[in-house]
Amino acid sequence: MRWHKIFGLCLRHIYLIKSSFPRILDLIYWPSIQIFLWGFISKFFTLSSSYYNNTVGIILTAAILYDFLFRSSISYNMMFLEEIWSRNFTNLFIAPLKISEIISALTLTAIFRTLIGTIPATLLAIPLFGVSIFKIGPPLIFLLLSLYIFGVTLGLLVTSGLLRFGPSFENIAWASLFFLAPLGCIYYPIEILPDWLQLIALILPLVHIFEEMRNILINDIINLTAIAVSFIISFIYFVLGVFIFYLAYYGAKNRGTLINIGE
Amino acid sequence: MKLEVKNLFKEFEKFVAVDNLNFVIPNNTTIGLLGPNGCGKTTTIGMMLGLIKPTRGKILVDEQNIDSIERTEYLSKINFASPYVELPKKLTVKQNLDVYGRLYGVKDLENRIKDIVHDLSLSKFVNKKTGELSSGQKNRVSLAKSLINKPKFLFLDEPTASLDPDIGDFVRQYIENYKNQNEVTILLASHNMDEVERLTDSIMMMKKGKIVDSGTSQTLIEKHGRNNLEETFLKIARSVK
Repeated sequence: MRWHKIFGLCLRHIYLIKSSFPRILDLIYWPSIQIFLWGFISKFFTLSSSYYNNTVGIILTAAILYDFLFRSSISYNMMFLEEIWSRNFTNLFIAPLKISEIISALTLTAIFRTLIGTIPATLLAIPLFGVSIFKIGPPLIFLLLSLYIFGVTLGLLVTSGLLRFGPSFENIAWASLFFLAPLGCIYYPIEILPDWLQLIALILPLVHIFEEMRNILINDIINLTAIAVSFIISFIYFVLGVFIFYLAYYGAKNRGTLINIGE
Repeated sequence: MKLEVKNLFKEFEKFVAVDNLNFVIPNNTTIGLLGPNGCGKTTTIGMMLGLIKPTRGKILVDEQNIDSIERTEYLSKINFASPYVELPKKLTVKQNLDVYGRLYGVKDLENRIKDIVHDLSLSKFVNKKTGELSSGQKNRVSLAKSLINKPKFLFLDEPTASLDPDIGDFVRQYIENYKNQNEVTILLASHNMDEVERLTDSIMMMKKGKIVDSGTSQTLIEKHGRNNLEETFLKIARSVK
């Protein structure tokens, strides 16, 4: 892989973000709104019942982590969609870039977009609700990394769909994460799910990540095995996502859709 | 760069888009690819650009099959401009050239951009967003992008479509001059017969996925007993066979 080419493609998206204040505002706006909403809901629960003690901290931390996942996936999809919307697809795919360099550039730029949205929301939660995700400590890095890999994987799967089915797949891009959210056990423990759904949920990294987050915040215990499991599952999905992306790319070459995908 | 196509065939489901094409584009020549809409020009160019996989057949670059060459190595030597393929609209002209210069690994990029901006008279709008440009300006920017890597093989798809006669002439003149000053092979697909006559050394006429005739514009006009290339094109396009 040639880093200067990856940087070139990253630069295309950085220029895009830099060029538009409303675009930056949009990146910050939604995560911040999420924090306000979940912050007030969980504050209400805490005030209404002692059962919900410490709810603000746990729910808000979950909301921030979930938003981080959501932003990383959507950022990835958005950057790919930008190429389709701007009818730049042909130019991109005839540039001397390896597919692995395109994937790397999108993956690296997605973190940039994600952090623009998530950092202000994370910082806002500290003075407004007295909640800091940094209370998780060093494991936070691994939980975020695991979430990021899974978010990028979802992005890869959606972009594979865009390559396979064209721009009509765009709606799936927006809805992709909502399909998995109920199984991710983001705001509730896995025991809430029926037994058969628990089996499905366990093969997703989200359950392991959010269960571990609650474990650290409630019990103050770090379960390294759970973190490692989430990381390994995320990585397996990532490899699968890359494989599916390559399949979609070669399929698009066969069908000749790379040349007119923006139309 | 010499490009040779052998028994090139492309079928989409049961539709034959390109039917057993055979031709050679010698090094440092400009070849016109003409044909009515839907005759297979775009599919042929798409296969040569590596965007479409042929059902069968070979594309040879300087006697080497493109399947056996590293994809990026081949792509770094070619480029493509078409009014139907755009550059990111929200980026300025300079940013687009900067990005594509990096993707093509252009050395001394800043000076290359300066030269190309000067040569194609882009300086007045180099800091404007590409989406805010007129179609004539966009075409010139697209041409600038296609020349950023000093390609050995240039694919031009209707490079002067939708341009007013003055700017159209400027672009044609530029391509002519560029060709004279650089060793570049050009494949030009166009519906502008004057442009094809002016810029090309030889012409291939396509119809229903096949090359039905080829030669210099003069030999084709004489062969078909017509007064000019446009009449010749119409005769071939409307013939039953």
